[in-house]
Formats: sequence, structure tokens, C-alpha cells
Amino acid sequence: MSMIKNGLAALAAGAISVSMALPAAAAPTKFDFWFGLSGDLARVVDTLCKNFNASQSDYEVVCTSQGNYDATLQNTIAAFRAGKQPAVVQVYDVGTATMMLSGAYKPADKLMEENGYKIDYADYFPGIARYYATSKGEMLSFPFNSSTALMYWNKDAFAKIGKTEAPKTWEDVGADLQAMKDAGYECPMAINISANESWQLMEQFSAIHNQPIATKNNGYDGLDARLEVNKTKFVQYVTDLKKWYDAGLIKIKSKDLGQDMVQAFASGTCQVIMTSVGDHGTVGKTQKEGMNWDVAELPAYAGTERKNSLVGGASLWVLAGKSDAEYKGAAAFLNFIHDPKTALFWSTNTGYIPVTKSGFDYMKSTGFYDKAPFKGRETAIASLTASEPTEITRGIRLGNFTQIRAEFGTQMQAIFANKVSVQEGLDTLVKNGDAILDRFQQTYPGKALP
Amino acid sequence: MEKRVTFSSWTIGILFAVPQLLLIFTFFYWPAGQAVYWSLTLQQPWGGGNIWVGLDNFRSILSNADYWNSITASLVFAGISTGLAMFIALVLAALTDRQLAGSRFYRVVLIWPYGIAAPALAMAFRFILAPEAGFMAVVNQVWPGFWDPGLNGADAMASIIAAFSWKYIGYNFIFFLAAFQAIPRSLIEAAAMDGSGVVRRFWDIQFPLITPTIFFLLVINITESFQDSFGIVDIMTSGGPANATNLMVYKIYSDGFKGLDYSGAAAQSIILMVLIVVLTIFQFRFIERRVHYR
Repeated sequence: MSMIKNGLAALAAGAISVSMALPAAAAPTKFDFWFGLSGDLARVVDTLCKNFNASQSDYEVVCTSQGNYDATLQNTIAAFRAGKQPAVVQVYDVGTATMMLSGAYKPADKLMEENGYKIDYADYFPGIARYYATSKGEMLSFPFNSSTALMYWNKDAFAKIGKTEAPKTWEDVGADLQAMKDAGYECPMAINISANESWQLMEQFSAIHNQPIATKNNGYDGLDARLEVNKTKFVQYVTDLKKWYDAGLIKIKSKDLGQDMVQAFASGTCQVIMTSVGDHGTVGKTQKEGMNWDVAELPAYAGTERKNSLVGGASLWVLAGKSDAEYKGAAAFLNFIHDPKTALFWSTNTGYIPVTKSGFDYMKSTGFYDKAPFKGRETAIASLTASEPTEITRGIRLGNFTQIRAEFGTQMQAIFANKVSVQEGLDTLVKNGDAILDRFQQTYPGKALP
Repeated sequence: MEKRVTFSSWTIGILFAVPQLLLIFTFFYWPAGQAVYWSLTLQQPWGGGNIWVGLDNFRSILSNADYWNSITASLVFAGISTGLAMFIALVLAALTDRQLAGSRFYRVVLIWPYGIAAPALAMAFRFILAPEAGFMAVVNQVWPGFWDPGLNGADAMASIIAAFSWKYIGYNFIFFLAAFQAIPRSLIEAAAMDGSGVVRRFWDIQFPLITPTIFFLLVINITESFQDSFGIVDIMTSGGPANATNLMVYKIYSDGFKGLDYSGAAAQSIILMVLIVVLTIFQFRFIERRVHYR
């Protein structure tokens, strides 16, 4: 029986791997995969790895969670400097610029070509592919877990003020929040203003409104890009958020204060939040009994020609300095991840969205988006594909962007605590952010982004 | 003639010292030297190369208003939390030493907080001090808006000071109690027979006799409040709001490990080291004069 199983596995592996040269009986080549997810998500990744190992017998991937994205990057750097790096590593979206300049990777597109895999790169949603691709469009890493920001709205609360649809413009949002306040809701909308919320408040907003975050097409065209969020529509947005906060229409919710945004929404305390589609499952599982809610695309100011929102999440990088055998395994692994069936498994068990059109079509064909717990998640795809990506909505390619996000949190806190005006706060954000970019540029003299 | 054991050659002495020297070199001088080297260069995080920049890193840090803000925050934190932790521990130890009812129980229980890891206790304090859910929610209900560590820097600073002091009260308590118990009973009994009260005995006999312990704890507490505050800040405030609790040691971590600015972080740790050395020298030079060793 086991011989038949082995034989079948070998056949399957042979079908996937053109370059298979090892006999099925040989010990599988082991390679490491480090990732930054934890808890439930880490268990899903572990299952994914088991499925890969079971699907063929030539390679064995050893998957290790490093706890979170930051730690994964730090540990990988430390391991790389000691020559003990994993073959494949998951790096978060904002680490892309750092990775591209590291000289520590093997381009994913070359790896696949060398090992005989044909990947249709046009199959990736452009909004996702361009975020991780070079300015010339080459894919240096493979998009893995992807999401985008959505507006979650409480249908019951909106019904109370006579609305059956989510507001589409920020002007409507303002009016609706006021109406909910008048109808007796204590917390019409919840936001948080730490470094993490740079993603939905600054980055997604700027993309949807086709506003630059930095010069040089958000950094894609050179390391000498500098921030310019202090003179775009973003200023008006922060001014409005602050105005609504002062009027009691918006409350700040964070873990440090006792309840984060998602909990506040799921418990029915707050009626509107903006967060990742990845939280769709959490809200569904933890919501107050009988509460009616839905997701919608993030609003835009009236008269805006709406553009695609940005992808968030991480991609898989293959690191330099490994053996050919390990690279073969890594290529087989990336090919496995790329498979539409894996996309279905991944999206069913997490809140992430499929990254390829074929994955999305396959999931639609299985009726995934018609069923209750997953219904609504297709809104994320609609938001990501609202337009062809422009030069500005491709993504953000800035060095040390984690520190710029931290600066965003600091200045937003200063603004909301009335320490500085909106314009002063954003001017300081640009000034300090530019110092970070300047330092990054100095660290890589004479180098250019690929 | 008196017989003495002497070592004629240096070799044996040095051989005995070698293991210790090796340890100190490997775990202190080597990394410290590396930090000095990094602080004078711009390091590429992935090890692709570096550029010699001399004192540029120090110049850019010291001309940054945020960094001075961080130094001020660290000094405020060190001053208040050391004062609180030592004062409360001293009072508790003095009371426990008086053998009041239940003092045996207190002796054990008051030591526990020091055994708790900083992140765990920070997590507990985050719940206790959460303005919407914890103990402070009750206070906020009476005075709405009284407690808001999410936006009010002073409140956030108070939270981390409370958490840190709570931990070090346990540590200080052990030393104070041991010092009190080392004082001969006969001295205190003699004073009592002469008619002096509890407070009088404390100030005239016990306090002068434990000054060496007080001095020791002062040095340790100040040093630790600069270094051991990291876990508490990371869990409770992440340096916010608006950098109000961005202590020096936390800034080193976030710049170095999150921001991958290894050179800037190395320069900051050199500055922190110098600051602690200066503070400690100051304490030995000026405060130790008032300590009475027996």
C-alpha cells in the first residue's frame, strides 16, 4: 500500500517538477521557510507546509514562525550575516525597498525560469504584482498573504438613520456620523492613530485619491524621493478626522485603552471602522449575536476619480547563497503556493484574498463568495482592481518605511492631543520622514533601486 | 620566622585570570568595541558594506530635538521611579522589621513582584490601567476624561513609572529588610528603654546604619531604570503618545531593530553608556561621602 502511495506521490511530483532527477526513494532535500505570522495564521501556514510535503517526495520544507514581521526581518538579517539564512522568507510589504537593495536575494522570476516553471505574471492582479515588482515590472518576490483596507459598517445603526447603503463619499460619512450621534449612538466611528494605522489612514487614502505620498512616484524612481503628504488632499482628510473627533463623532480605540477597533465594532459599541479584509473572519466569529453588518470600499471625497487601493501583507523572497538542490525545492514550493487550489485553501482558512485572477476565478467557481461567512470579501478585490494602477497607486517604495510609519503615529497623536495644528503636525512628519529617507540614501551610496 | 606562600612568577596568576578575562572580553569588550566601530560608520543592514563617517552619527543624534526629548523622558522616569520604588520599599521593610502581626507573610509576598518578567507585569498593568476597561475606568466614570494614557503623555509616563516601581519595590524590599535585620537588636532595645519612639529610633539608629544599602540600591535602581524599562515600555505604550514615553533604551531598540538603522542605534547606546557611567561616578563621588560604613 505504501509503495503504491509512494509511487503515486512520485508521479505527482514528476508532473509538477519538470527537472526532477532524483529517484523517489532518495531522502528529500530539506529547506527552510521562515514566516512572520503567529497564532491561528501560523497553524494555517503549518498545514500549508504539510500539504506541500505530502504532495511530493523530493523536497521537504521546514516552516518556522518568527512571531511577527519585524522579528522575521531582523532574524533573517542576523542569520544572513552569519551565513545561516533560510531559503525562503516572508517579508512584509514595507520591507520591499530594503530587500531590493540588500543584494541578499535570488530574483524569484529567474529562479522559476531556471527550474523550468512557467509562471504567467500577467495573471497576478496588477495592484498586487506592481507593489512587489521592480520599476521595470520584474517580480523579485512572490506575493503571498494579501489584503486591502475596507470600511466595516453596522447595518442596524445605519437603518436607524434611514440608510440602507454604506456612504461612498467622506462628505456623506460626516453627515451619517452626525445623524448617528443625534440618534443616540455614543461611538459612531472608531479609529486608532498608532504607526499601524498609517496603512489605512494615509497610504490607502492617498492611493484611492491618486495623491502621492512621496516624490519620484512614491520612491519607485529613485532613492532621492522625499515625502509630500503635507500638501496633498491628505491634509484635508486629517483636518476632517480631527474635526469629527472633536465633535465626538469619532472615538479612538486601541488595545492599550482596553478595546481595539475590531472588538469595538464586533461588540456593536462603534458603528464604523476601517480595517483590513483580514479581519472579516474575526468580526464574523466574535460579533454580537444577531448584529447585521457588511463591508464596503473605503469612501472617497466627492468628485474624486477613484483609483485602486493598495495591497497590504507580505511576499516570499528567496535568499542568496543556497545550494541548487535547495533552490529546486524553493521553486517547487513557490509553484505550489501559486496554484489556485492553494489559494482557495489559504483564503478559506484566513481572511486573505487570492493574489491571482485564476485563483479568484477558481474560488468564484466553487461558490466561495456566495456562502455566508465569506460573502463580502470580494469587495476587497473590487477595491484593489478599481482602476489600472497609476504611477502613484502602484505602491510605496521608500526605505525604512517602518520608521516613517512610527513618525506618522507620533505626529497624529500630537495632532489629536491638540499639541500642534494639523498642518504643523504633517509638516513635522515630512521633515522627520525626510531625515529618515536621507539617512537610508546615505547608507546605500551609488546604489539604485532595481 | 613567619612562613608565607608566595608566587614567584606572573604566569600562574595570569593563568588563573584568563578564563574570567576571556568571558569579559567575549561578552563585554568585544561587543562594546563593535558598537563603537558601528557608531562611527554607516552600516548596511544586510552586511553589504559600510562607510566611515566619523562622528556624523553622534552629530545628527545630538542635533535632533526628539533625542533630547528622549533623554529628558529617561531622566524623569529614572528620578521618579527610583524615588518611589526606594521610598515605598523602605517604609514596607521598616514596618515588616518591627515584627507587626503578619510580618512573616509580608516578608514572602513582598518579594514576589521582582520575580515577574517585565513583559508579563506590563501586560497586567495595561489591563489595570486601561481607561475604558480596567480599574481606572471607574475613576474615569466619576471624572470623565481624567485618565487618558492614549493621548496624554503625562498619564502614559505615570503608567510606566507605576509598573516599573511596582517591580523594583520587591527587589529593594529584600535588601532593606536584610539591612534592618543586620542591625543588632540591643541597640534598638537600648534606645527603646531610654524612651525613644519608633520614628525617633528609625531616624537616629536604623537609618544611619543602613545608608550603605541605600546607596547601593540608589546606584542599582538608577542604572536599571535606564536599562530594564524596555519591556514595560514596549508592551504598555510603545513609546507613545507623541514620543512622551520614548525612553532612550526603547529608542535604541526601535531605531536599530525596527528601523534597521544599526549605526544610529549603536551611537545612541554609546551615549546611554556614557550617561550611566557619568551618573554612577557622580553618585560615588558626591553621595557616597554621606554613607557611613562600619
